[in-house]
Amino acid sequence: MTLIQILAILFVLFTLWRVAFKFKKREIKLSEFLTWLIFWLAVGVAFVTPESLTKLANILGIGRGADLVLYVAVVVVFYLIFRIFVRLEKMERNITKVARQDALKQDKD
Amino acid sequence: MKTLAVVPVWNENPQNLTSVLNQLQNYVDQIVVVDDGSTIDYQISTPNVHLLKHKINRGQGAALQTGTDWAIQHGAEIIIHFDADGQHRVEDIADLIKPIQSGQADFVFGSRFLDKKSDIPWTKEKILFPVSKIINRLYSGLKLSDIHNGLRAFKSSIASQIYLTQDKMAHNSEYPYLVKKHSIRYAEAPIKVIYHTYGQGIGGGFKILAELLTAKLIR
Repeated sequence: MTLIQILAILFVLFTLWRVAFKFKKREIKLSEFLTWLIFWLAVGVAFVTPESLTKLANILGIGRGADLVLYVAVVVVFYLIFRIFVRLEKMERNITKVARQDALKQDKD
Repeated sequence: MKTLAVVPVWNENPQNLTSVLNQLQNYVDQIVVVDDGSTIDYQISTPNVHLLKHKINRGQGAALQTGTDWAIQHGAEIIIHFDADGQHRVEDIADLIKPIQSGQADFVFGSRFLDKKSDIPWTKEKILFPVSKIINRLYSGLKLSDIHNGLRAFKSSIASQIYLTQDKMAHNSEYPYLVKKHSIRYAEAPIKVIYHTYGQGIGGGFKILAELLTAKLIR
């Protein structure tokens, strides 16, 4: 086992512990708990047996497992940026609404 | 018909504002000034002028809409948007509201390219405007003789159909878009714009384009 694998396993275990802790304190819902559980377990599996990831990548027509991870990550990041972008615009509009209501309300007082 | 002018202000020199208001009050029944989060504390002594204040700066489009809301709440029948910096001329208001008073149109765009001639900086007239005009036409689908310059008048009964969501400078493109979308009867009136400064340059144009595209993406 390489050093990076050991570090990764430790990090995954730490994260799983945090996820379980938060679930126990009911800070996250069951669905969120399961999503994170599956995600981090998959990360653990990918680190311990890189061949499995490579096999998955090959099925999709990608040479290496690491490339697959990179491609997926880029797509996810772009999607998240779009979501943030939309949410920011909505917040901007809501702030305007509040500023407007405040201006019109002050007037009545 | 009760006419009410909405004047958005953001850190405009108080003397300029006062001189605009003093002239304007002779041409409309009432004025609402919307201070869009200026650092200056405006004191207004001109009669028939009401001051509203956004606590934080939200942009010219947002200020215009706030003023328009107030105008409707206070029984305005014709709402006029007028700049605080002295670039619009009060003498043009009569031409601007005439099509509404005579019942020919519900929305009137001021245009610099009808019979009155403005001294437009040539780079604007020959380069910036033609490009902006094409973009605006594509965006709104409305054929106007001018890219919209901010001097406009409309009947308050259609105000709910033309509610601005563009908080910044893109209101000049959003109004033609909304007018087309709701098939509002519109007209253009000849006006003159006085160029104290260059106004929106290429950078401003790109910013407006970005605002329009963002809105398209989200809508």
